[in-house]
Amino acid sequence: MILNASMFLPILPEILLVALGAVVLILDLVLPKKQHRNIGWVTAAGMGVILLLSIPARPETEPSLVWGGMLRHDWLGFSFTMLFIFGAGITALFAMDFKKLGHRGEFYLLMIVSTIGMALMVSAADLVMLYLAIETTAIPLYILAGFFIRDDKSTEAGFKYFLFGAMTSAIMLYGFSLLFGFAGTTNIYQIAQSVREGGLPAGALIGSMLLVLVGFSFKIAGVPFHFWSPDVYEGSPTPVAGFLSTASKAAGFVVLLRFMMVVFPDITLQWGAVITAMSVATMTLGNLLALTQKNIKRMLAYSSIAHAGYALIGVAVISQVGVSSMVYYLIVYLVTNLAAFGIVASCGRITGSDEMTAYYGMSRRSPWLALALLVALLSLAGMPPLGGFVAKFFVFAAAVDANMIWLAVIGVLNAIIGMYYYLTVLKYVYLYRSEDEEKPLLVTRPQKLAITVLTVGIILIGTVLVPWFNWATTAAASVF
Amino acid sequence: MIPISYYLIFAAALFCIGLFGVLARRNAIAILMGIELMLNAVNVNLISFWRYATPEKINGQVFAVIVFAVAAAEVAVGLAIFISVYRRRGTVSADEIDLLKW
Repeated sequence: MILNASMFLPILPEILLVALGAVVLILDLVLPKKQHRNIGWVTAAGMGVILLLSIPARPETEPSLVWGGMLRHDWLGFSFTMLFIFGAGITALFAMDFKKLGHRGEFYLLMIVSTIGMALMVSAADLVMLYLAIETTAIPLYILAGFFIRDDKSTEAGFKYFLFGAMTSAIMLYGFSLLFGFAGTTNIYQIAQSVREGGLPAGALIGSMLLVLVGFSFKIAGVPFHFWSPDVYEGSPTPVAGFLSTASKAAGFVVLLRFMMVVFPDITLQWGAVITAMSVATMTLGNLLALTQKNIKRMLAYSSIAHAGYALIGVAVISQVGVSSMVYYLIVYLVTNLAAFGIVASCGRITGSDEMTAYYGMSRRSPWLALALLVALLSLAGMPPLGGFVAKFFVFAAAVDANMIWLAVIGVLNAIIGMYYYLTVLKYVYLYRSEDEEKPLLVTRPQKLAITVLTVGIILIGTVLVPWFNWATTAAASVF
Repeated sequence: MIPISYYLIFAAALFCIGLFGVLARRNAIAILMGIELMLNAVNVNLISFWRYATPEKINGQVFAVIVFAVAAAEVAVGLAIFISVYRRRGTVSADEIDLLKW
């Protein structure tokens, strides 16, 4: 294999991320302790620069396998890589003013490494690469979840996340090893073909599909592998929880989608049924359990489980419309949930509590922050004209399009339940009074910047539909 | 030559023992050992498939090497997390680490 410059173009974002990681490490070493907070600015600005510099690395309309078939250079992978880089930059801004988080260089490094893992995960076209990428994503996240080593809840979050993550990834890996055995190849774009030629019984294929699905449903926090997520989100530092619930989950979705569509085209009936059941269970359980939560991070955790259920509809219907609706849903979800967790992080930093009672009368303490929370929660609830409404609309339309009207009906019913608990939080924020009303909630500059960007993003995705939808459609078309 | 099914049945048994250990044990170190058994089962699978099905290609071997390299990294991080929990609570029993629950 002869190396030339054009081979490096498809992995340009990853290379730039590695470079940024090196810069962060060096800065951590040379900057005086007091200046460490500024590494956050460097990370966020670096992510912005990477977004711009990656434009020449965008794929052709015709997808291609690169690096000996390890990666697939297509719009799906590229779009999500860009989204993860955006998400990591925003998370860096939110985390900057947490003394024990954003004032430590290793936090930024771990987040960057995890982002590299996600970027490789969404474009992996080989079992070896896929496994390596999933672990590159997960291992730094285990550390990030347990980052506050002097905090009981945070260490516990890291502990639980690690144990469940390691177990499910081992089960998934067993599925990979069986698939490798059945097909004699590790390239996921050749497995389906060789399995068909080998004349394997469908049962063996279904078995390995279920094993692999365990690992993926852990990543997306789908029922019945969701139980880790409320504990981990509550315990881990809030900016990290935001990153976990958006970027890591979206990466899991893309892998799930690509793997199911490409590796198991012969048993779509079976995996379609499994995913449909999972989708219904995930959204219903997530919404019902969210109703009773007293802690806003746990509430958002259950709500993000419910959102995984909605997005799964897009996979379950097995059509191109479904895939583009899922991609659109994930774009909206990533921006909206980052905003919600970011606002919770900004409040929690000052009030020191994530209980619902801390949000009483927030609109009087900080009207702008309350307004941003209003936008984020209404978008999560699916109110027009915000992004969440359009996303839900497309997903349900895809279900109707595929003659699964009952699935759309369940989705709509769930959206109504969801409306209740989002509005409850807004009731606390706008109608309740608290004794601390005189004390304003001071939001720091980087947090202001991040919240503004995200809020504008939510409104833009909901009102200016065409470019986003075209983007989602292009990304979805490249799977097939 | 020993038929491949012997190896596969052995790997499946090893995997089940590991999974049982993960689900039944309460001590985090024991759970980690169960996970290691599962990963070893995967490696037995990979190597026997490689040897019997595609000995001329290198994929299976590379996959196995990567699996245990990653497993080592995972264990290193896992043990570090266990230590940080142990320092706070004085235990790594999964039963007693239950601050977060609904």
